[in-house]
Amino acid sequence: MASIIQQLINGLTLGSIYGLIAIGYTMVYGIIGMINFAHGDIYMVSAFIAVTCFTLLAAAGISSVPLALLIVLAVTVAFTSVFGWSVERTAYRPLRGSTRLAPLISSIGMSIFLQNMVQVTQGARVKSIPPIITGGIDLFTRDGFNVHLAYSQIIIVMVTVALMAVFTWLITQTSFGRQQRACEQDRTMAMLLGIDVDRTISLTFMIGAALAAVAGVLVTVYYGVIDFYIGFGAGIKAFTAAVLGGIGSLPGAMLGGLVIGLIEAFWAAYLSAEYKDVATFSILILVLMFRPNGLLGRPEVEKV
Amino acid sequence: MNNRFFAVACVAAFSVALSGVASADTLVAIAGPMSGQYASSGDQIRKGAEMAIADINAKGGVLGQKLDLVIGDDACDPKQAVAVANQMVNKKIAFMHGHWCSSSTIPASDVYNEANILMVTVSTNPKVTDRGLKNLFAIAGRDDQQGQVAGAYLAEKFKGKKIAVVDDKSAYGKGLADEIAKAMQAGKAAPAMRESITAGEKDYSGLVTKMKSAGIEVMAYGGYPAELALILRQAQQAGLKLTVMGGDTMSNADLVTAAGGNADNVLFTFGPDARKNPAAAAVVKKFRDAKIEPEGYVLYAYAAFQLFDQAAAKAGSLKFADLEKSMRAGKFNTVIGHIEFDAKGNSKAPAFVVYRWKGSQYDTVK
Repeated sequence: MASIIQQLINGLTLGSIYGLIAIGYTMVYGIIGMINFAHGDIYMVSAFIAVTCFTLLAAAGISSVPLALLIVLAVTVAFTSVFGWSVERTAYRPLRGSTRLAPLISSIGMSIFLQNMVQVTQGARVKSIPPIITGGIDLFTRDGFNVHLAYSQIIIVMVTVALMAVFTWLITQTSFGRQQRACEQDRTMAMLLGIDVDRTISLTFMIGAALAAVAGVLVTVYYGVIDFYIGFGAGIKAFTAAVLGGIGSLPGAMLGGLVIGLIEAFWAAYLSAEYKDVATFSILILVLMFRPNGLLGRPEVEKV
Repeated sequence: MNNRFFAVACVAAFSVALSGVASADTLVAIAGPMSGQYASSGDQIRKGAEMAIADINAKGGVLGQKLDLVIGDDACDPKQAVAVANQMVNKKIAFMHGHWCSSSTIPASDVYNEANILMVTVSTNPKVTDRGLKNLFAIAGRDDQQGQVAGAYLAEKFKGKKIAVVDDKSAYGKGLADEIAKAMQAGKAAPAMRESITAGEKDYSGLVTKMKSAGIEVMAYGGYPAELALILRQAQQAGLKLTVMGGDTMSNADLVTAAGGNADNVLFTFGPDARKNPAAAAVVKKFRDAKIEPEGYVLYAYAAFQLFDQAAAKAGSLKFADLEKSMRAGKFNTVIGHIEFDAKGNSKAPAFVVYRWKGSQYDTVK
């Protein structure tokens, strides 16, 4: 019983991170109907920026953890957004209006480029930082098993919840959100109504990258070990989360992330850690068989 | 006139040819993970090989020929390993030290075998030598021996504790973990849990919680440092006190860095520490003077080239058939000690010893 709660905590933590990355996939799909395969690597780049930042701050003698965390978050989000913007500008915008496959291939190329760039400039070795947030709360003990909630897990879930709140407000309440939704529904019509479509798309990429950057910082804090290849695994899982939740749906991406995190945690704990990816993708296939648009996705209506 | 001219031309051509032979370098090679997540072990091999070749060349080379090092990078990917092997065959290398990961060595060794290229490896999976390839010699022991030492140690020292056996599904990791489990069973301490993880992932909290709820206190791990470091971190975070027994790969200081500076609870099996071999003192000092700590595979790489040098000197030739005969029959003195090979190409003296990390150094434990 106690270990179920522990796995619930583990799964929610992992799922939050998948969810944050998945939003980037689903948002871009929503607005330009394309899977941005380089998104996982944007997240990887952000983790490297975060490690660099932490190392520099440690060298500068800043020992206050909350302060360091805030600075790293701000710097990483800023730099990664610029990355997101330039990726869109160089790899996708020139291809706008061509076939749907062209930007898809371009995004795969961008993904390989980013991976190799980091491998060459940062080296292939694993980068690590010492544990920053240590300790936690022992919730309760039953049958000799104490349920432990690490402070870093609390931070991950809290940051995710806060970010989701801000993000929902941004999309539903602000003028940018309205423009974004307008572009999503009908790009030509939005343009006729005086919305700067290119700017809106660029901003969408930047926001997706910023969310990935937060995930990158959280992962760096939580796991402490990163390498140039982490974007691939996380990207695949987050993309799966986006599809599971219904691609194009923002709450769906978050839900999909949490579901995948929980499946992984429980499968690893009660069945076999060996087959947890098999389980994840089998459940994805099952869900798509009965709900082809994902858990929260709406069927796409072909406009005539 | 014509005749004399012909004679002069002949002599000239002959001497050119001779000097050409004398100054032509012999290509020797190393291959291993020069990039990728195991790159630091590839780095150890390179440092050892470079020093060995510099020393051999300083004393006049092998049979009067200077050695030139070619470096192959397989990133521990079996497909890339075969590509590297084919490149090496095209370059007509005389000797290969590698590969490092068993999963690379096994497919690559077939390529070298076909091309009759002598190789010395530190890979430890029993399949490396069990196939009976005539060109392959292993100097770092085998996982069945290693597993026996680790399993017997666990069964004796941690009697009555719950022990989990975990691997990373790689040829090396799973092979070693299976042998440890077998040896534990023989020592009447059956593993309480047998699990596999996926290498390259970051989240192992599921496994950690599973071990915690099963009351596991000791984990035997077959795999590489990057994943073990993550398990250690996540175990600590979850408040699980874990003693770990790993294999020879855990002799890499990357484990300590990646685990956040503390891996004092990690034991591992490895060949006898060559740094303490009195006969190696001069070479060890030379490495340290060059600011290289001769840990892990550095001295093994050095020894591999000493083997090649001595075998060639004994054979008096660089032909494969002669080299092979001389390797099989010979007794060699290297920095990792006295080496002889059995019929399968296993080193006869590969005793494994149990070590424990303490800070950033490791030392033997009783």
